Amino acid sequence: MEKEKVITAHQLTKKFGAFTAVDNITFDVEKGEIFGFLGANGAGKTTAMRMLCGLLLPTSGQATVAGFDVYKQNEQIKQNIGYMSQKFSLYEDLTVSENIRFYGGIYGLRDEQIKIKTAQLLKQLHLEDQEKTLVRDLPLGWKQKLAFSIAIVHDPAIVFLDEPTGGVDPITRREFWSLIYEASARGITIFVTTHYMDEAEYCNRVSIMVDGRIDALDAPANLMKTYSATSMDEVFLQLARKAVRTGD
Amino acid sequence: MKQFLIFVKKEWLHIWRDRRTLFILIWMPVIQIVLYGFALTNEVKNSNIAILDQSKDEATTVISNEIASSRYFHLVKNLNSYQDIGATFRTGKIRMAVVFPANFRDDLLHGNSAQIQLIADASDPNTANMLTNYANAIINDYPQSINQNQDLPYTIKTQVRMLYNPELKGAYNFVPGVMALVLMLVCTMMTSIAIVKEKEMGTMEVLLVSPLKPFHIIIAKTVPYLLVSVLNITSILLLSVYALDVPIVGSVWLLMSESMLFTITSLSVGILISNFAQTQQTAMFTSMMSLFLPTLLFSGFMFPIENMPIPMQIISNIVPSKWFFIIVKNVMIKGLGFSSVWKETVILIGMTTTLLGISIHKFKIRLT
Amino acid sequence: MKAVVVENVIKTYKTKKDVVEALKGVSFSVDKGEIFGIIGPDGAGKTSLFRILTTVLLADSGSASVDGFDVVKDYKQIRHRIGYMPGKFSLYQDLSVQENLEFFATIFDTTIAENYDLVKEIYQQIEPFKDRKAGQLSGGMKQKLALCCALIHKPSVLFLDEPTTGVDAVSRKEFWEMLHKLKLQGITILVSTAYMDEAGLCDRVALIQKGQLLSVDTTKGVISQFKKPLWAVKASEMFRLMNAIKDDPLVESCYPFGQYHHVVFKTGSDNKTHLEQLAKQGNFKDFEVQAIEPDIEDCFMALMKE
Repeated sequence: MEKEKVITAHQLTKKFGAFTAVDNITFDVEKGEIFGFLGANGAGKTTAMRMLCGLLLPTSGQATVAGFDVYKQNEQIKQNIGYMSQKFSLYEDLTVSENIRFYGGIYGLRDEQIKIKTAQLLKQLHLEDQEKTLVRDLPLGWKQKLAFSIAIVHDPAIVFLDEPTGGVDPITRREFWSLIYEASARGITIFVTTHYMDEAEYCNRVSIMVDGRIDALDAPANLMKTYSATSMDEVFLQLARKAVRTGD
Repeated sequence: MKQFLIFVKKEWLHIWRDRRTLFILIWMPVIQIVLYGFALTNEVKNSNIAILDQSKDEATTVISNEIASSRYFHLVKNLNSYQDIGATFRTGKIRMAVVFPANFRDDLLHGNSAQIQLIADASDPNTANMLTNYANAIINDYPQSINQNQDLPYTIKTQVRMLYNPELKGAYNFVPGVMALVLMLVCTMMTSIAIVKEKEMGTMEVLLVSPLKPFHIIIAKTVPYLLVSVLNITSILLLSVYALDVPIVGSVWLLMSESMLFTITSLSVGILISNFAQTQQTAMFTSMMSLFLPTLLFSGFMFPIENMPIPMQIISNIVPSKWFFIIVKNVMIKGLGFSSVWKETVILIGMTTTLLGISIHKFKIRLT
Repeated sequence: MKAVVVENVIKTYKTKKDVVEALKGVSFSVDKGEIFGIIGPDGAGKTSLFRILTTVLLADSGSASVDGFDVVKDYKQIRHRIGYMPGKFSLYQDLSVQENLEFFATIFDTTIAENYDLVKEIYQQIEPFKDRKAGQLSGGMKQKLALCCALIHKPSVLFLDEPTTGVDAVSRKEFWEMLHKLKLQGITILVSTAYMDEAGLCDRVALIQKGQLLSVDTTKGVISQFKKPLWAVKASEMFRLMNAIKDDPLVESCYPFGQYHHVVFKTGSDNKTHLEQLAKQGNFKDFEVQAIEPDIEDCFMALMKE
């Protein structure tokens, strides 16, 4: 049975002058899949992700996200995706519930929906007592979990996570991943970049970008077999060491 | 010493490579001076005036025609009575009124002396001053033209009355004013931002860990801005002398040294601010609030201090630019020597040493 | 003599509302020529500790020395002999590679030529870009330049605060290779990181969490403290499997580790059979279970829970 495709990219290319940041990449992501998007610094991950989020126009090739075309329908794309990065996520000087209300509001949730969502979310994260706490007073791990929950507060088709777990302790990191699993079980597609190679193994499928191209794309177990490696770390090093270019 | 020099070089590279800011720093004073200058010279041309001729004789007609046909003045109204003058001024239509008394020609020819009254709107003191000077010159051409074969010269006494600001405080104010503002901006704001930037970038931690002395860090940070300031002072003075005809009546060297002193005062304020500010924004706003606005308000640049309430006058004493302002006016415009500004100079030196002392004492050899 | 000695250091920060304890009485020592890792998540107190040791921050109480010099009294001597790469250190973006290095050499009262041997191997990798502005370098190259700048005055102790954060796996690997070469030159290196997998690259590590040291030992030593048997399990539905195992009253912990879940039981007897039964009851397909050796992350999590 063919599963529903949430992201399709066909020969997607982005050039900045003479520099080809993303070079002819083709891949699909299925509904509810956890898709790991790996690559060394400067391999073109961020550029590719920006094109898929509708923030950057491709130079050539086709791509659809949640069924919408990245060239013409970027407004619809933005309505149907969530985004979270390590750097930008929450307003530190707003309280937990104010942040939820704000993001719910910009995605057009009605007041009663926001109320229900807020209650759900606080319960799920065990933050019931912290509703009125300023986000800056929360521990880093809780901030990140909250940021993720808020990124999917409007039940998007896809959520893009840009290095979501930098710097947190190993237990929190795992709690974070169980949130990801839950979201994926609810049918939300997860598109995630990370520097932790063990996290790559949590993904259903992983793509590895080298010099703007996708050099490998498969389930982690198959990749390890193909490259006769015992961990994703080895797979990644084998591929990334071939890279010619450096730079962010 | 070598450590110090490379620090200065590095600082200079920061300034040099940030072309946009450098461009602003160098051209800002020029543009300010030119703008002020233009605003003034434009207004002096074709200024609206009214004439009240109570004599209506041959002499007053000639003088009136001379004034009205000059490029500086534009006659909009012939007045009929003394009462009309005040009313017309209040409508804002005219900047100056010329009043001929009755029997003007008779007084001049038989008594050898006559009077003309010039009444000017001195709420803009520069313009008022220039208008009366031009009018005076035109009026005095007349007796000279009929003086030729006379033993006793005819003289016309012009009696000038300045409305609204009788003592003409604030003439040429903008040149010293712009100097104070620009130096403040370059020295205080730029220096404090430059030091705080190192804190933000994390490089300050490495500098602290290095064997560099705090004193070296501070001084090296300020040297390039000192150079930019000298450039600014020079360009402002050149422009005011050659483009705006505001001469340096007193000693150029005295003026330059006093400006350098004020530059150092501003730098020490900048260093003090950078001691406690943690972000570039804080540094910028603190410089604005603590110096820029007080300079505008309390230095006498825009509002005469004498007209302020007593508490404000007292506050104005702690604003360094007030003293610099007095010095520049006395030296540059009135042409007075050091003996007339030594008190202000001592005050500035006192302020500078106190500020520098506090900054170097407070400069943290550690983070907080 | 030890390169670094830290005794019962306490550091608190006062905010408007309350007092944050960044370090709650930390003690350890570092031998000369050792690579010593301080490993823990963000906010654990790593940066405060580094700042105290590099003399830019004062501790509330306790004492510390570097190369035999007291961090408070003899801070000037310490500043002459250490190299420091702060966490947010970003070089001078508007200066070129060469200018940055020259600047740091000069302020430490030396020249590039004098200590070129020490940085040669690292510097050669960035030398082709020596006229490029530091702001235009890639993450990995910036890091190499920053290391050169911290090394240029031949410090006896090198403090690197999270040098590999945000850097990809390849550059991280290269960076650690450089550190091992520096160690051969006799430089003591203190390095902090939030990446647990880097622990194995240090001679000894201090695990830190919420201002307290959980353990100070060699990686092997830390792992040998992990007494209970550890099981790796795998099945086709990993998420459901994890919830099923977590719900079991006999299970102490179950955490995902790559393709497997690592399971620890509260008691030691016959865990394997228990897991197999659990899989059968839950109808899990392709179930696998095996006993494994813990790694540093298992240990860190176990210590965190204590």
